[in-house]
Amino acid sequence: MDYISIKNNASIPLSSIPVLEYDTFLASNLYDLMNETQNHCVNYYGYPENGKIRLICCIASDDTHVINVSSTYVVPGISYPSFTAHLLAFEKFEREIHENFDISYSDHPWLKPVRYSYNRIDNTKTIANYPFYGISSEELHEVGVGPIHAGIIEPGHFRFICNGEQILHLEIQLGYQHRGIEQLFLKKKNLLQRTTLAESITGDTVVGHTTAFVNLWESLCGFQPDRDLQFSRTLALELERVAIHTGDLSGICTDIAYQLGSSVFGRLRTPIINYFQQWCGNRLSKSLIRAGKTNFPFTQDLARTLTKVFEAYEPDFNEMCKELFRMPSALSRFEKTGVVSEADVRKIGTVGLSARMNGVCRDIRLTHPHDLYSEIPHQPIVKHHGDVYSRAQMRRQEIGQSIGYIRNLMENLPAVNTNRPALASPKTNTFAISLVEGWRGEICHCAITDEKGELMHYKIKDPSFHNWLALAIAVRNNEISDFPISNKSFDLSYSGHDL
Amino acid sequence: MLNNLKILYHQGKQYIPDVTKVNVPGIFRGRPIITKAQVDEEKLINICPTGAITASPIFIDLGCCTFCGECAIAFPDKIRFTTDYKIATNDRNALIVQQGQDFPIELNPKLIRKEIHEMFNGSLKLRQVSAGGDNSCELELNACSNVNFDMGRFGIEFVASPRHADGIVITGPITENMAEPLQICYDATPDPKIIILAGVDAISGGIFADSPALNRTFLKRNKIDLYVPGNPIHPLTFINGVLSLIRERKG
Repeated sequence: MDYISIKNNASIPLSSIPVLEYDTFLASNLYDLMNETQNHCVNYYGYPENGKIRLICCIASDDTHVINVSSTYVVPGISYPSFTAHLLAFEKFEREIHENFDISYSDHPWLKPVRYSYNRIDNTKTIANYPFYGISSEELHEVGVGPIHAGIIEPGHFRFICNGEQILHLEIQLGYQHRGIEQLFLKKKNLLQRTTLAESITGDTVVGHTTAFVNLWESLCGFQPDRDLQFSRTLALELERVAIHTGDLSGICTDIAYQLGSSVFGRLRTPIINYFQQWCGNRLSKSLIRAGKTNFPFTQDLARTLTKVFEAYEPDFNEMCKELFRMPSALSRFEKTGVVSEADVRKIGTVGLSARMNGVCRDIRLTHPHDLYSEIPHQPIVKHHGDVYSRAQMRRQEIGQSIGYIRNLMENLPAVNTNRPALASPKTNTFAISLVEGWRGEICHCAITDEKGELMHYKIKDPSFHNWLALAIAVRNNEISDFPISNKSFDLSYSGHDL
Repeated sequence: MLNNLKILYHQGKQYIPDVTKVNVPGIFRGRPIITKAQVDEEKLINICPTGAITASPIFIDLGCCTFCGECAIAFPDKIRFTTDYKIATNDRNALIVQQGQDFPIELNPKLIRKEIHEMFNGSLKLRQVSAGGDNSCELELNACSNVNFDMGRFGIEFVASPRHADGIVITGPITENMAEPLQICYDATPDPKIIILAGVDAISGGIFADSPALNRTFLKRNKIDLYVPGNPIHPLTFINGVLSLIRERKG
């Protein structure tokens, strides 16, 4: 076998991952990806081992619901044939491997730095001298935006090449938010510190990333979470989706200058995040999810409160949506704006909303269920136009769907286990993977422990890692004035990308 | 048009009438109270993920605290978080809460520069810079201006350009890659100008304090006018802090 097949949230001995020659590794993984549209790569990364770099490739199969893991060794300074030449989705993975470990690729189109991490190989490359794609033309002009943007938003630089008002090309340069999180996971030895780090990967997906971390950690420790823990995590994931989607609809209205929609959706988000505060004391649900325990059990009282919150939310939300989605001046801004074709979605390897916006049904809740998702008959909402309208509509429909799931969940509150065993130490020499469908899409955390059971490597992939390229493609041939609405309709993470 | 009016009517009253007196819903963790109960201090200190607790006697530094509440869960007789959200101050030392202390955290009027009171009392325009912020404080700063908290009614607004601003609000632990853009933004803001640090990451680096990916030299070079603790900050903490800053200087 060229790979080992594992389930989501499995942990396996590191030695059980097959080590292939690079050529075989390349050929067999490419074969799996190019011949099966049900397969996509959820993570591909390297870590140093005895002077070499071990590359680990994790390919998720949507129809067999497993993750196929394989590995190979490569040597810094040597050039290898790339995945990217065959599959664009590997473009960023290989740039990252090049940036961190000095592995070269003979046929990669452009090995630009990904995030200027502090532990990169080449410190002469700095974020201030990023090599943008340039033009020498008297007809075209360039527009630079950022890193600091006009609103209260994270930093990143957008470089447009325009023909008059029309965007021909957009390049998105990130890395400003790099805080060295993956290395801190190794440096901080205490579980609460690591959980706090997971909560800080991106503050808009606290439940998503923290659930990925605790599921992975419990798997490493051989801890089977009780039903009440899984219940809280599932419910919180859906509630986070409702909150952020509502806020995004507000942002979308702001960007088409529709004040009423902006205000109404903005204020509708408030009771949802205030509910998180009632549950755990924090509006963005920091401190809610913990490995091996919960400090805030979900009670009957909380269920009653949430029912009331939804009762008040739904009529106002539906009324506002009904108006927004039939208003010609809004629709003319949404429809056919920021289109990404299905072919491009597949090529780029986008996940979550940015995949389901155009025919690609990629949803971990369905294909690799974790927590209580195996009990939810989840039907992902899939659109077929890949434009702003599709992305806005998906939010509207996913909110309705999530509220439905939460209501069903609350019909059977699990008993709180008051006698939970303590977490054991993590297993030694082990590889573990955890996939979670956050509101933005698929989150992947991978960990490797050493012979003492200490974390040796930690790898995080936020859905934004791939999805940023979809935004760059979406705005081509659009007017530059439509950039804000396209950007907001994706709502991608800077800190989740930069780590 | 009629539909829009109907929707408007259905919203009812959404704004908080008095943001200085309102109670926060739920179990919000604001200013802590530390009792004199005897506990295993070493165990208590080791719980804290960011080293915000120091011993003999016990102090909690709200500039380092992530408000995770784990210390209060483990030692409920020793530490209790109240719902007092007015925890912003201009005095870094006032963020350090001592055992037995139970009085509000306030601004030190003597530390407020004269020009802040004179120039910004009725109107304050701020430029926000996220320098490694995780987007949680950014979301809450946005919420300050929504129809619920409606900070704009006090003349406090966020603006797009530093050249239109009276000061900057920094979130995040200040990454190496954002150090230069932050300085450029600050330099572009006309004098007199203020600096506000929003959130634990900005005030002390938080969980990232010892990360080699940071460059916090900006904070050593400049005077900070307001510290707003929280992880993330609560909009009410921010609004009350800024209101005190522009209103409370005496004499």
